[in-house]
Amino acid sequence: MSLKEKLISSFIALENKGSVDLDSNIHNIRTKAIEVFEQKGFPTKKDEEWKYTSLKSILKHNYSVFPSSENSVEVNDIKKYFIQGIESYKIVFIDGVYSSFLSETTHDGFDICLLSSAIKKTKHKIVTDYYFNTLANKNDSITALNTAFTTEGTYIHIPKNVMVPKPIQLMYFYTGKENEVMLQPRNLIIVGENSHVQIVERHQCLTKKATVLTNAVTEIFAHKRAIVDWYKIQNDTENASLIDSTFVEQRENSIVSVNTYSFGGKLTRNNLEFHQKGEHIVSNLNGISVLNKKQHVDHHTLVNHIEPNCESHELYKGIYNNASTGVFNGKVIVKKEAQKTNAYQQNNSILIGDKAAVNAKPQLEIFADDVKCSHGCTIGQLDESALFYMQQRGIPKAEAKALLLFAFANDVVEKIKIPELKTTITKLIADKLGVELGFNL
Amino acid sequence: MNKFTEDDLKKELETKEYEYGFYTDIEADKFPVGLNEDVVIAISKKKNEPKWMTDWRLEAFRIWKEMEEPEWANINYKKPDFQNISYYSAPKQKPTLDSLDQVDPELLKTFEKLGISIDEQKRLSNVAVDVVMDSVSVATTFKKTLNEKGIIFCPISEAIQKHPDLVKKYLGSIVPKTDNFYAALNSAVFSDGSFCYIPKGVTCPMELSTYFRINEGGTGQFERTLVIADKGSYVSYLEGCTAPQRDENQLHAAVVELIALDDAEIKYSTVQNWFPGDDKGKGGVFNFVTKRGLCETNAKISWTQVETGSAITWKYPSCILKGDNAVGEFYSIAVTNNYQQADTGTKMIHLGNNTKSTIISKGVSAGKSQNSYRGLVQIHSKAKNARNFSQCDSLLMGNECGAHTFPYIECKNQTAQIEHEATTSKIGEDQLFYCNQRGIDTEKAIALIVNGFSKEVLNKLPMEFAVEAQKLLEISLEGSVG
Repeated sequence: MSLKEKLISSFIALENKGSVDLDSNIHNIRTKAIEVFEQKGFPTKKDEEWKYTSLKSILKHNYSVFPSSENSVEVNDIKKYFIQGIESYKIVFIDGVYSSFLSETTHDGFDICLLSSAIKKTKHKIVTDYYFNTLANKNDSITALNTAFTTEGTYIHIPKNVMVPKPIQLMYFYTGKENEVMLQPRNLIIVGENSHVQIVERHQCLTKKATVLTNAVTEIFAHKRAIVDWYKIQNDTENASLIDSTFVEQRENSIVSVNTYSFGGKLTRNNLEFHQKGEHIVSNLNGISVLNKKQHVDHHTLVNHIEPNCESHELYKGIYNNASTGVFNGKVIVKKEAQKTNAYQQNNSILIGDKAAVNAKPQLEIFADDVKCSHGCTIGQLDESALFYMQQRGIPKAEAKALLLFAFANDVVEKIKIPELKTTITKLIADKLGVELGFNL
Repeated sequence: MNKFTEDDLKKELETKEYEYGFYTDIEADKFPVGLNEDVVIAISKKKNEPKWMTDWRLEAFRIWKEMEEPEWANINYKKPDFQNISYYSAPKQKPTLDSLDQVDPELLKTFEKLGISIDEQKRLSNVAVDVVMDSVSVATTFKKTLNEKGIIFCPISEAIQKHPDLVKKYLGSIVPKTDNFYAALNSAVFSDGSFCYIPKGVTCPMELSTYFRINEGGTGQFERTLVIADKGSYVSYLEGCTAPQRDENQLHAAVVELIALDDAEIKYSTVQNWFPGDDKGKGGVFNFVTKRGLCETNAKISWTQVETGSAITWKYPSCILKGDNAVGEFYSIAVTNNYQQADTGTKMIHLGNNTKSTIISKGVSAGKSQNSYRGLVQIHSKAKNARNFSQCDSLLMGNECGAHTFPYIECKNQTAQIEHEATTSKIGEDQLFYCNQRGIDTEKAIALIVNGFSKEVLNKLPMEFAVEAQKLLEISLEGSVG
């Protein structure tokens, strides 16, 4: 039985299990979604959007779709994955199941809780019915698959004029109790007018042996003048794969930044879509990829400029060691009405391994004339003379290299607004480059 | 003083008539519409081709029948009915080639209208012109000078007769019959084209040029060009096109193959100004062209193109940098107006070590046109120290047109250095203001800016062509600029 067939029959099992409400609006959405998936199946390399990423190697596994519930973990085992020295709200999932013991949620002034409980409560149901699945791409089979299996995830609803006092950490752990598991968390985030929130998201497998495929979908709605900072840390084990689809809708004067740090995992695919529905919107997309071995990262971004006077800034840096491969596909669409748009996109890659490869496709589609749009894309190596200069001054080659690579990635690191997170990311990069720097950037 | 604003320019662009739209009334020898094996054989017979050539065409036809028309390009059009096209048309009064006097005066008049009268060309610009009028060459000049150097420059039909070894060896070696739908079609039915061979170590003393024209209504023109530059040789090849105004869509599917052997250099320049359709988007030429060059060690191929015409342009002049130290260049200006659609760009395939490529692409869109750049830079895993620089700039006029870029960059070698940048903008208020401040009126300022925008590419054209290209830009864009 292929994975596709298994998933479709699992969907029927899910419906029959009785754990999901069959009368709700969400039930209808799910049924439609599974039809889309049934019709389209998993994307292949023949799809233009998947030209450089083959899912073949990760789809051959016999994933169990419903992991056994209530697996517990020791706090000490997972402690290191949280950002150190910082107060935060936490939502922790173990094998797709919410762990109230490890989490710190709230309903005081704003809601940080579970999607499953939000759907059930009348108070939240109005909100979820209004927003849920209105933004996610309904024709994308991978996203549809997630929609069909929506059972659990994070629900964050920040009303008007709230400054969320501390960051929110979303942690998705996988214990590896079963060898092959597919997880499909679904997140819904609504940020009201003038509100501000910082969110850190991490998917982490706790053992190296287990094979896990995470298909995550997140919808973010940012209302007028809202500020949302989103950080995605992707440093998973070598058998863990992640397909992450994030959809952002912005209203007037809002600022949304999504930062993606890809350091690990077997295959990581990031679909990131911004839809600007209002004037004077700023969208920031930043990314650092540092890859080793045969890892593969694919960044697919879309910025849809619909209204005038908006900006988007995109900056992706990649360092590819050994036989790792990277893909960058950045699409910017400027609609006819979106005059005075400023859209900038930059993608820089450094290849270090002799089998490393990069495929880039920075793509502009512009229908308005009074715009400033540019994209830049470079692929190259470290500057030999800079390396020589540093070696001359007694810095060993490995450190010199690492320093230069740090400098290369630094303008993305500098955009992190949580100091403790900056330290974490710096450490992760140092770790990945295999050096002890003895200082923090 | 009358202020000339961008809106005026836009208006002018929209109302500007296609100046070169006329139709020469020469009785043509024409095949009935439709395409089958018999037609392919008939074309081959008409040309008195040897059997190997007929078989080659038939094989291409069989391949074509199995293929489907590509749909990936960013263009919208009603697909031509390939069974509703006549695949061969030749002027009936075929003049002999040694003297201009024997050329049909009607034909000469046509060229005079285009401002490329043969004798003027011959006298003033020292250019050998192999004029292609509806698929058959009617005049060849400067043959003697070329002969002395051992350069072969003749219609491809003649080359098939006289130099079968060269044709057999190289025809279809760069663009195989199986390459794509239009290339296969061309391979089956190509009527004529140019053949050029530069012997070892010879620098071609003059610019070689061919003028293509589509004349007979409803006839597709399928040109086949093969340029071979042997070791250490140099040639500059010019190709220019204008077409008379016609209402039905005309199909053009040409194939150009360039072979630059070790240390050779080929410079291939094109000015394309076929009928783009009227301001309602009616008519116009469909231009589906496959152009590709192969560079051996230390060889260089440079493509320069000025695309102002055609309703649909589908064209990707490419370089395969096979040998070490090979160099590929692509300079392009594509101007679209009214309902024109252009999907054009290049492919640079780096196979050898120390290969270099440069891509400069400028797109200007006005009216309701769509202008796309589609390019591929591919560095293979064995190509060490490859270097690429790409730049695509778009200029938009009005908010009903579109500019798109689809650059594909595939790098499999860590020693490669690739730079790509693209910008999109309109003529800036501040740029105009700066010019105005210095006493340059708006009309001249716009001309200056558009000219400056395309200068990088225009500069790459040979002298004779640069003048004509600027003229074409005027027609398609600049209006009153002079």
